[in-house]
Amino acid sequence: MEQAPSPAQEQPGAAVPHLPEPPRLTNMLNPLAEPMLPEPYRVLKRIRETGDTFTLTLAPVQGEQGFHFAPGQFNMLYVFGVGEVPISISGDPDRPEKLVHTVRAVGAVSRAICGLEKGDVLGVRGPFGTPWPVAKAPGQDVLVIAGGLGLAPLRPAVYHLLARRAEYGNLELIYGARTPEDMVYRRELERWRGRFDFRVHVTVDTALGDWLGNVGVVPNLISRARFDPVQTMALICGPGVMMRFTVQELLNRGLKMENIYLSMERNMKCGLGLCGHCQLGPFFVCKDGPVFPYDRLRDWFLMREV
Amino acid sequence: METLEPVLAAHPFLQGLDPRHLKVIGECASRVDFKAGQFLFRGQEEATQFFLINQGQVALEIFSARRGPIIIQSLREGDAVGWLWFPKPYHWHYDARAISLSRATALDVKGLMQRCEQDHLLGYEMMKRYAHLLAVQFRVTILQLVDIYGK
Repeated sequence: MEQAPSPAQEQPGAAVPHLPEPPRLTNMLNPLAEPMLPEPYRVLKRIRETGDTFTLTLAPVQGEQGFHFAPGQFNMLYVFGVGEVPISISGDPDRPEKLVHTVRAVGAVSRAICGLEKGDVLGVRGPFGTPWPVAKAPGQDVLVIAGGLGLAPLRPAVYHLLARRAEYGNLELIYGARTPEDMVYRRELERWRGRFDFRVHVTVDTALGDWLGNVGVVPNLISRARFDPVQTMALICGPGVMMRFTVQELLNRGLKMENIYLSMERNMKCGLGLCGHCQLGPFFVCKDGPVFPYDRLRDWFLMREV
Repeated sequence: METLEPVLAAHPFLQGLDPRHLKVIGECASRVDFKAGQFLFRGQEEATQFFLINQGQVALEIFSARRGPIIIQSLREGDAVGWLWFPKPYHWHYDARAISLSRATALDVKGLMQRCEQDHLLGYEMMKRYAHLLAVQFRVTILQLVDIYGK
């Protein structure tokens, strides 16, 4: 096997290549954690959201420390002997005693996570990634726009906004799913819809005749939302096609690119910006994202080969 | 006699239309109410009227013998229902059912077509609105077709 030349073998006076700084192996919210070592967590509760989607409530096997995170961040969940996947944290950031994840069974690892029962143990690394910039939103209208399981990473942002409701202008949630049976957090959506200070719009792509709600696509509901485009922040997560058309509609309505935030999904392995699996143009989604302002992401978001 | 011109002028489908044209369209217009569950029209029936919704919610449906009615789109105040009246063969392609008490302005198709033939400026204005509806519907249909929430 060919070996790289050692420094002693290098020609004297040869230019030393400029290498990027190695990423810091820490995270803001949990600087003491060893980022590559999963902490064991036990399943306290498992709720079936839809036919293939489950919400797990977890607690650390050892210790009573809470799990502190910012809305929009994710963890790497490890099913021992099966593998590890990145999953958004979907619980309440103001209630760190419970770690909540909503998982859809789409591959070997996520199927194994969905198959865990109360009392089972899995590994947790995190939290990783950039959060929704809810701290910058006070004084503004906020549009939360989710498609399918995209509501999971947005739910902590909704909790955050509702817990500080007086600080914001109009709050609107637009949520779309394929059918009424595919909606996640249905009881919570109904509860939110019952509030006088939060407008919730729900739509599905198709439904049978007994559905009394809306049928149509998410971008079409934006015309029903009330917001001042100059002072509005939009937080979007969902399938790529949905996000693309939603962004276009928001720009048509006068929102600034820098006030539109997207959460991107990529195949991740390390969660630390080391392995490169989640590269999106010049970004690593795991450490530069998953939440990006649209003006930063735009060129790469619209490039179909990336 | 009640004039419907203010109601027509306020509807997004006719927004910006010349008052002279609104008056002509008003000659073909009537107000209609539909109780929840009542059909505005059903597939294969002759398209004699199309509707501008002023209040309520209407579901467009296709009936499947196996699954029953399948809702393909919801329409609300500000929307137009039944825009396929414009081209031949002048019949409905699906059902439209009121989900809640719905109030609409019904426009007589034959009368409107006659007036569009007589006044091509009016015909062009109607055609522009029709083309806009088609473009929006085309975009929506594509998004629904690609099943964006699929695995």
